[in-house]
Amino acid sequence: MQAMIGPWTHIGPPLIAAFLASLVECVEALTIVLAVGAVRGWRLALGGAGAGALLLVVLVLLLGPSLRLVPIQVLQVVIGVLLLLFGTRWLRKAILRASGFIALRDETAQFAKQTDALQGDGGRDRVADAIAWTTAFKAVVLEGLEVIFIVIAVGAVGDLLVPAGIGAGLAVLAVVALGFIIHRPLARVPENSLKFVVGVMISSFGVFWLGEGLGLAWPGNDLALLGLIAGWLVLALAMVQILRSGAPATVGGRS
Amino acid sequence: MSALKQIAEELWGLFVDDGLVALAFFGWIVIAALLLPRLHLAAAGGPVLFLGCAAIVVFSLLRAARR
Repeated sequence: MQAMIGPWTHIGPPLIAAFLASLVECVEALTIVLAVGAVRGWRLALGGAGAGALLLVVLVLLLGPSLRLVPIQVLQVVIGVLLLLFGTRWLRKAILRASGFIALRDETAQFAKQTDALQGDGGRDRVADAIAWTTAFKAVVLEGLEVIFIVIAVGAVGDLLVPAGIGAGLAVLAVVALGFIIHRPLARVPENSLKFVVGVMISSFGVFWLGEGLGLAWPGNDLALLGLIAGWLVLALAMVQILRSGAPATVGGRS
Repeated sequence: MSALKQIAEELWGLFVDDGLVALAFFGWIVIAALLLPRLHLAAAGGPVLFLGCAAIVVFSLLRAARR
């Protein structure tokens, strides 16, 4: 039993964090690619998305090996700080959404907004096609950069790039498959709950690696990561309850 | 060029949406890096770092809720 639990406490958190975070990013990219496909045709949507994915692969192949050249302590501090900033940004937003201070993100509304913007770009001319292609390309590149950052950040320091990469890959496959099947934005994905969980996990990784990089000790060594996840989760849930008591009755359309 | 600028802004936005919060984190990290190793806290060093970060998040949420 211990032999089974051991590897999971090691590879489980980065795999789950990369999967859930990538799921959120892929759902957001899918909404835009679907809007381009629906308005300007699938050739442009898939062409732009494919070119974006190709650029991401080239970036990973070019920049990935250079990580090995960075001293481990520097890597721990830099990645720790970036994860802390990234994770707490998601967590704060998820808490403010869960407590009613800002509106939940609505993929259907985002889809309609993108569709309107693309329809407003005119007829079937070259400029409109180029705008549509670029929109799909940019969506995949921008959301994909976030996926790459998350995979590198949760996997690079602890030599866990493979499980983190598998987690992200599974999320990409799941979203692409669902996109092909239903041809609609994945509006029923509980995006704020996912952001809440991912914010907790990424913030935990951030503080852990930062502490390691600064030479601070953790009780239980690597197991402290589970304690940090519990600590951030309790804090986040408590803040939702505290803020809910003072939340406005209605929330506008901010997302 | 504007696409590159937008990508750079998006990348910055990945990490910083409230400059004051980012500044507070950097301040705390510098203090923690300089002070905590000298206090000989043993295994409490990491948890103290966490408590400082948690306090920043709590104050930033209370500030956001007041606005």
